[in-house]
Amino acid sequence: MRVDDVLPRATLLRMLAVLVLVLAPHALRLPWWESVAVAASLLWRYAALQRGWPLPGMAVRVILTVAAFIAVYLSFGRINGQHSGTALLVLMTGFKLLEMRSRRDVMVVVFLLYFLLLTHFLFSQEIWTLLWMLSSAVMITALLIEIHHREPLLPFRETLRLSLRLTGQALPVMLVIFVLFPRIPGPLWGLPADAGASRSGIPDSMSPGDIADLILSEAVAFRVQFEGTPPSQRDLYWRGPVFDFYDGRKWEIGFRRNDAPTPDMRFEGAALPYEMVLEPTRTHWLFGLELTDTAALPPETRVNSDAQLVARKRVTERRLYRAVARTDFQLEPHGLSRWQEASNLRLPDDVAPGARALVSGWRNDGLDDPAMIERALRYFRQEPFRYTLQPPLLGAQPVDEFLFQTRAGFCEHYASSFVVMMRLAGIPSRVVVGYQGGEPNGVGGYWVVRQSDAHAWTEVWLEGVGWQRIDPTAAVSPDRIEQGFSESIAGGGAGDAGFWDRGEGLWTATVARWDWLNAKWNRWVLAYGPEVQRDLLSRLGIDDWTEMVLWLTAGVTGLLALISLQLLRGLRPARPADAASREWRRLQRHFARQGLPQRAHEGPRDFVRRLCTQRPEQADLLTAAGTAYQQMRYLQVPDATGLQRLRVAVNALLKAPVDRSGAGPA
Amino acid sequence: MRFRLRRPRPFQAIQARIDAWVLARVKQQPGPVTIPRQRVYILPTRFGYGFGLLALVMLLGSMNYTNSMGFALTFLIGALGLVGMHHTHANLAGVEVSAGGAAPVFAGESARFQLQLRQHGRRPHYSIAAAWSRATPGRPLGPPVDVPLEGTVTLNLALPTERRGWHPAPIFSIASEFPLGLFHAWTLIWLRQRVLVYPTPAADHLPPPQQAPAETGEAEAARSGQDRFAGLRGYQRGDTLNTIHWKSLPKLQQPVVKQFDDPQAPESWLTLDAAPGVDLEARLSRLTRWVLDLDARGTPYGLQLPDRTVPLGTGDQHRHRCLRALALHGAPEAMAT
Repeated sequence: MRVDDVLPRATLLRMLAVLVLVLAPHALRLPWWESVAVAASLLWRYAALQRGWPLPGMAVRVILTVAAFIAVYLSFGRINGQHSGTALLVLMTGFKLLEMRSRRDVMVVVFLLYFLLLTHFLFSQEIWTLLWMLSSAVMITALLIEIHHREPLLPFRETLRLSLRLTGQALPVMLVIFVLFPRIPGPLWGLPADAGASRSGIPDSMSPGDIADLILSEAVAFRVQFEGTPPSQRDLYWRGPVFDFYDGRKWEIGFRRNDAPTPDMRFEGAALPYEMVLEPTRTHWLFGLELTDTAALPPETRVNSDAQLVARKRVTERRLYRAVARTDFQLEPHGLSRWQEASNLRLPDDVAPGARALVSGWRNDGLDDPAMIERALRYFRQEPFRYTLQPPLLGAQPVDEFLFQTRAGFCEHYASSFVVMMRLAGIPSRVVVGYQGGEPNGVGGYWVVRQSDAHAWTEVWLEGVGWQRIDPTAAVSPDRIEQGFSESIAGGGAGDAGFWDRGEGLWTATVARWDWLNAKWNRWVLAYGPEVQRDLLSRLGIDDWTEMVLWLTAGVTGLLALISLQLLRGLRPARPADAASREWRRLQRHFARQGLPQRAHEGPRDFVRRLCTQRPEQADLLTAAGTAYQQMRYLQVPDATGLQRLRVAVNALLKAPVDRSGAGPA
Repeated sequence: MRFRLRRPRPFQAIQARIDAWVLARVKQQPGPVTIPRQRVYILPTRFGYGFGLLALVMLLGSMNYTNSMGFALTFLIGALGLVGMHHTHANLAGVEVSAGGAAPVFAGESARFQLQLRQHGRRPHYSIAAAWSRATPGRPLGPPVDVPLEGTVTLNLALPTERRGWHPAPIFSIASEFPLGLFHAWTLIWLRQRVLVYPTPAADHLPPPQQAPAETGEAEAARSGQDRFAGLRGYQRGDTLNTIHWKSLPKLQQPVVKQFDDPQAPESWLTLDAAPGVDLEARLSRLTRWVLDLDARGTPYGLQLPDRTVPLGTGDQHRHRCLRALALHGAPEAMAT
């Protein structure tokens, strides 16, 4: 069977066009050879249509398929999983074009097209994808309509109109299901290792330069909406992982027992409730404002032994949670365990001999612990340290080189060398990594925290006080903490950071508005998971999932009934354009209900005559109505009062009592 | 592109039960019948089940990855399917079906019942096909048609015939899968419609019986010779292959048959007794052939059967009367109609 029998030429061309539309965003992400292969099969198909080239035979198709599997394996190192699976699916869709033999094959391509739309969302779910999804769905559906109409083809405008109509009617149904369909916390089965969008973010260790890379990224880390008055910029420390193991170069999370108890925390002052939409981190970390109140934790989360907020599952998709912070707190004021103390004092033996000498010199001056901290910070302030994102490279003794030679660096350097100094002085201390500050969005009244707000600071443990936050970077560049990162760079004249200035005026407003839109999108669409759903529905008075399913069923049924009603209304006879016909229609219906319909062969005059014999008591009215109607319809110059007379007569007829005992249907 | 009415096997048993239930509810009607929305039955097609499976897989995927846009797309697909179901339903409801009659055929040929579809509403109906109900063997399917906004469209349904007489139209289904092909909507209608089936013309051309002719010498002389060629006329059903003028076929596209004039036999009376054989049907077939042959020659002829007589005559009308009498011979309604 030739394909032309199954798929008319115009339809095939449209199918190729839709395929291009659906595959376009994939092409940006797939390896180049794959885009070439798919484009080649598209062109082959096109040439087969235009030039009558033969389609590949069985052997070629088998070779192509095997080659596709091998090529994907070579490119990705696997053939299952998210990236490679999508790559394989895209290739197979391209090849499917070369073997469309029956309507079944055509349908398979259409189904594949729908499915390819889905795979894209594993990589990107930005606002524009909604538009792309809707237009692709309209085009694919138009294709589906087209192949279900006999030849001759419906005009493209007609199928497109119908497809728009179907999609338009499906939208409210989709919305109801989206809101009400019970969301189960995923995953249902293991996610492939490459699941979720690839993201930059706080690394799980801090080696030189890690944070500088982050700071140059404009990507949003999370957005926060405070429920009350937001705290001042200087208090916005978003706590992430705590590093206490140092190998002389790199900071890491030391050994932790999974069942390590939550630290001893005392909270004072007002609670600060906030709502956070966190971009996927692909880790367990959630970032909480220091310090997260354990009394009101979001579901599926806990506070670990480092007082860090962590989720039970990896955050592979945007996650919304509500937490309560208190900026006035005490962390483990009653002492550390021996093991904890040891791990927060441990240093490699040969680390920083210069710093060791410096610190022991201070100690010999008889300084106590708080005074040591003060002295170290003063050292940063007094010596010519400067804040830069492009520090000179450090060698084998990074702490010494930084403290005595280069004296240029950013938060990572200050935090790292400060903790080393403290440990050398015998004060338990550790590095905390997270974000500091944020940028308020004037439109939405929320804060955007970007990767560029990534920050490292330190905690030292003091007798009777507990862990205390010390930010040595603030000693060098106080602006960094007071105003947030970008202002400190722009205002501080540190021109060595080739950094985009966020600017002023209209542009700022536009950017703010766009970010606000993104925030809303993230908040209401992408983060719409089990928690948000429960929250929203309980506000609507829907409390458990049985009620949810009930409302879902009712909602979908109701909407479909409305659509059906609208569709079936189209079956009703067209409403006559002129008033006289409408009046006559009323009269016809009235008598039809009494078993006296106007017959197909009867003109108005015959109909009235027959009615007069069967309803003699209404003969006058009938004759008047009939005459008026005929004058209105058939006279060259209609009488202006004719319609009035017709209306009066019909109204009178309709009001007349129905004589049930009299003449029934003839 | 044709509709396929085939269904996956597991659903055939269910389908049979539904058919039985629906068939029991069909009443014969004179027509026209406007398909009521309550009588439009609808089930997913093979592709419909596939589409459902696709949506399910997409749902599982979206759940696994907790992907909001995935959910949105899945629900859009599901909603499209549901909305499509209502469109398919509405595409069929409200179509007015009336019997368009059927031209008589000879037994063994396929009768073509015509159905006229029109609509009163404000929307056109697309891709509507008709088929005999599943209970009818053969059940050929006409190509789908569109019912335009104004005017009517005709659908043909072929019904194979085997014996002469009246053939009532069986119950037929009107079906549509438009717009998405995911649902098959159908209704069953039984119109009061029938086709007259003439007896099969006998295959061989025996000479028809002669009435004592107006005898003249020259006439006698001519009798021994061939019938005189009298020209060509258009092909009609029932003409045998050997009367077709093959030479002209490539030029004219339409077949024409040779007509012979036999002035020597100005009139013939056909009776059952004149046809040889014992089997009634065979003799009726013989008479049918003679009617066609005589009609082709333009010879006046008459038909005398035990239950009715058709006087001498010529022409299409006359031929039909004779064939009708032959078709209905022995049938009780022959007298009434």
